[in-house]
Amino acid sequence: MTKIEAVIQTSRLDAVKAALHDVGVEGMTVIEVRGHGRQKGHTEFYRGREYTVDLLPKIKLEMVLADALVEKAVHAITEAARTGKIGDGKIFLSRVDDAIRIRNDERGDAAL
Amino acid sequence: MARFLSKILLTSCLVCLAANWIAAQTGSPAPATADARIAKLEQQVAEAKGSADNAWMLVSSALVLMMTGPGLALFYGGLVRKKNVLATMMQSFAMMAIVTVLWGLLEYSLAFGSGNRFIGGFHHLFLRGVGPQPDADYAATIPQQTFMVYQLMFAIITPALISGAFAERMKFSAMALFMVLWSVLVYAPMAHMVWGKGGLLNAALGGRFPTLDFAGGTVVHITSGVSALVCALYLGKRLGYPHEPMPPHSVVLSFIGACLLWVGWFGFNAGSALAAGTLATSAFVATHFGAAAAALGWSAAEWIRNGKPSALGAISGAVAGLVAITPAAGFVGPMSALVIGVVAGVSCYLMVAKGKARFGYDDSLDAFGVHGAGGTIGALLTGVFALSGINPIFKDSQGNPLPSGLIDGNGYQLVNQLVGILVAWILAIVGTLLILKVVDLVIGLRVPDDHEIQGLDLSQHGEEGYYWEASAS
Repeated sequence: MTKIEAVIQTSRLDAVKAALHDVGVEGMTVIEVRGHGRQKGHTEFYRGREYTVDLLPKIKLEMVLADALVEKAVHAITEAARTGKIGDGKIFLSRVDDAIRIRNDERGDAAL
Repeated sequence: MARFLSKILLTSCLVCLAANWIAAQTGSPAPATADARIAKLEQQVAEAKGSADNAWMLVSSALVLMMTGPGLALFYGGLVRKKNVLATMMQSFAMMAIVTVLWGLLEYSLAFGSGNRFIGGFHHLFLRGVGPQPDADYAATIPQQTFMVYQLMFAIITPALISGAFAERMKFSAMALFMVLWSVLVYAPMAHMVWGKGGLLNAALGGRFPTLDFAGGTVVHITSGVSALVCALYLGKRLGYPHEPMPPHSVVLSFIGACLLWVGWFGFNAGSALAAGTLATSAFVATHFGAAAAALGWSAAEWIRNGKPSALGAISGAVAGLVAITPAAGFVGPMSALVIGVVAGVSCYLMVAKGKARFGYDDSLDAFGVHGAGGTIGALLTGVFALSGINPIFKDSQGNPLPSGLIDGNGYQLVNQLVGILVAWILAIVGTLLILKVVDLVIGLRVPDDHEIQGLDLSQHGEEGYYWEASAS
């Protein structure tokens, strides 16, 4: 069981969601976040005062998948989220010990 | 048959005669002479004009109130951080309540009652004698009560403007006491000197230094803007200023507020004609042109300097233009208004973007940069561009109009304008310093640091502008 956390450009959310559905991913959690990697921020001016905005709005997707699905999902995300410019984001994978469905106490892959 | 008919005829004649007789007794008799009929017509014409003027002045009063709430409340509310939005809006709204009561009890009398050169007397205390009869010295065609309530709306917005300078750090209680004292000790005397009977600077009623101030460049904007600067210096900077970023939390709110200000300003300036005639139209047009030119001026300056014209810049420019055209509105033509506007737009931008940083004071929402600077520029330029052809305010002993401003051939008017400006600056500085000192001793001006960090919405009012409800939906 693997957790996928993907930070992507806000404008790519719909495409990534559709690509994930196509490979069979059934659930995900989407969060509006702010952050930065190597991408530089931008400056804003309010009444002549300059503000450097280095935390940029991003979308973070989280999903926990059965191992068989993980590579397909990663491929779907990279293909759909890529614009080729700096700031396209990152994907993190980590092992997950277990999952529990609250409604009926199912565990493991059955709960995903 | 013939007898029957003649009986009916006779009866109906009698009925007609009786009806005529009754009508003659009960209805008003037709005026006997042509003179009487003319007098009656004249009276009806005067009444019709009075009603028209009164209608416009009541609408104008409402428009000016709209400038404070929601106009200024939104304009300022959007410029602060999220945690201070309600506290900032409340500072404007509180003026609508506090100054209204104060005005009725005392302030109207001090501003517009007859008194000496500097302040009015007490005979209109509790609005005594302020009723349906006009006060011919001020506005001969509208009830004095209308004049009183119209002027009240100015007295409300003026202190509310100051609140931009100490936003995000002043105690609500200290602010309330400050505003009460300021209204009585700074606003009332200044309004009396410029607009009141016997006032030192009154141009319409023969003051010693007749300062042209149509709608409050000195009375409203210089007093509030300069007092704002004094407040910003006295209270000190907000915690974290200037190294922490404090961008406006919602330029959208400010945008709506500024547009409401623009519309309300027609009541402020065109209403200051105190009648619904051609002078109101002229002031209306000048106001609009001034605002437009200043929006362009500020935007152009910003575009050149930062590479982009911002929404906040455009609306701030419009407000600066409205400020600058305020004293001039009823004296200048539309082309002069364009010049005044563009000068104000560019200068206020430089004041806010460069001046503030150079001098290092924290005028949170630029009350001085916009109102103090814009008001001073406007008052000076009024002395340059005022035309007697638009408003023959100065007359010789025979009643013939005399030139108004510099381009009209009255260069000396600039001296009068300078005196008016100087008086407004001095009164604002001295009065505000004194009041701040007193309030500081009695209540203390600033909130404690932890309250400032927490935000004034919670610490001063116990609520939040944007409540986070986890279970919503």
